[in-house]
Amino acid sequence: MEAITTDFDLYLKGFGLTVGLFVASGIASLVFGALLAAARVGPISVLAKASAAYVTLFRNTPLLMIFIFIAIAMPRIGFTFNFVEEIRVGDWNISGFFFRACLALTLYTSAFVCEAFRSGINAVPLGQAEAARALGLTFGQNMTNIVMPQAMRAVVPPLTSVQIALIKNTSVAAAFGIAEATATMRQLGNRYGDQTVEIFFFIAVGYIIIVEVVALGSYALERRWKAAAR
Amino acid sequence: MSASVLFDTPGPKARRRHRIFTIVSLLVLVGFLVLVVMRLNDRGQLEYALWEPFLTPAYLEVILEALLKTLQMAFGAILLAIAFGVVFGIAKLSDHRIVRAPAWLVVEFFRAVPVLLLMTFFWLAFSIGGGPLSPFWCVVIALTLYNGSVLAEVLRAGINAVPPGQAEAAYAIGMRKSQVIWLIQLPQAVKIMLPALISQCVVALKDTSLGFYITAPGLTAVMRPIYLEFQNQVPTAIVIALIYIIVNLLLTGLATYLQHKLVGEKKQLDVPMVGGVDSGRAV
Repeated sequence: MEAITTDFDLYLKGFGLTVGLFVASGIASLVFGALLAAARVGPISVLAKASAAYVTLFRNTPLLMIFIFIAIAMPRIGFTFNFVEEIRVGDWNISGFFFRACLALTLYTSAFVCEAFRSGINAVPLGQAEAARALGLTFGQNMTNIVMPQAMRAVVPPLTSVQIALIKNTSVAAAFGIAEATATMRQLGNRYGDQTVEIFFFIAVGYIIIVEVVALGSYALERRWKAAAR
Repeated sequence: MSASVLFDTPGPKARRRHRIFTIVSLLVLVGFLVLVVMRLNDRGQLEYALWEPFLTPAYLEVILEALLKTLQMAFGAILLAIAFGVVFGIAKLSDHRIVRAPAWLVVEFFRAVPVLLLMTFFWLAFSIGGGPLSPFWCVVIALTLYNGSVLAEVLRAGINAVPPGQAEAAYAIGMRKSQVIWLIQLPQAVKIMLPALISQCVVALKDTSLGFYITAPGLTAVMRPIYLEFQNQVPTAIVIALIYIIVNLLLTGLATYLQHKLVGEKKQLDVPMVGGVDSGRAV
């Protein structure tokens, strides 16, 4: 107990970084994953194949390997990504470690986001789009009024489980110089060797809270969109 | 996909446009690959000396040994996780709340907590400084608890996917609940669950790499001594990543084969995720 109360600022800082990693790579992976999905279901077969290859490669590589590529292999060919440290927004600036971690998490998670979007689009019955075309709707109208609203609804649950996995995956950044929650546990565990169980419990509860907030948010969204559909 | 939700069969104009886009995107992709190869070449990463260890029998032996350790950790964890999953999955289906509630709590807890956190905890508590567990077993135990919890959910979903008439018929001929589960529902559920189980093997195999953080052996851990000796970070990362990808693709292929053979073209089993929202697979 004492470990957490005396070092509560460390605990908060750790989870601050965890949430920061989650939000930054969550948003980036949604954008990049959506682009990949667009290429995957689009009419250009070269892009569809490239996107499928990306998904296969990144889904089957352990996240830790992607971190090793970004943080250990890339600097060997001259990409340290340290230029982000030059960028300042007011008092804030991003550390190279944080940026590399976000990059690795984004590259990995995007593959799963792409699959989630694709399954959502595939969940829209073919007849819906056919009926829309028969009514004379253009491609744009068809997408915005018919396909996307239904696909978005189908996409929420798988997308949420991808994002929940991302929350847990931010812990891998601990192995690459970021003092987020898991690294904080290791640090506190080394300092207070006799209180490992309490420390573990408190850190675990922190993760569970973040996971539950996201899960409940998604549940609310799903219910709202369901109601709108009626 | 000829019949897509998104667009009609293209006409002559659209086909021309598609051809242009195809050529442009092909050029961009090839250009990107060429840039990557040129960059690797510029920095001397394609020199034979850096790749030599992966053609040297002694080093290959070390890598294969590491692969073996990784497979041992993954399949050891999956076997234990199956036992864990059966116990907790069936406990979650119990009629008694006193059994159901703790099982629910355990399963939800281990699914919501990062595997790396579990590993680090076991390592700090039971391994570091002469504890009874080796890092190898810390990885196995952490993976067992996480994958076991996921498999408990898979099992529950699998049993619920067996047509209810099966259980009703069994009750009608006088079977007890335990007989219904073990003799009627479980054997049929196994067939539905098998592909999901193998996908979980892929997840476990990928997660063994997290042992890197707690000094456990394995494919990821073996990279370090190799690249520290030869300074060949890039080739090592490429070779090891390829090994992971090949093993995982073999497992995925097996899962797809079993899916077609046992379940047919039907949708994969829906496993509810943490927090009780429907469907979606764990990553």
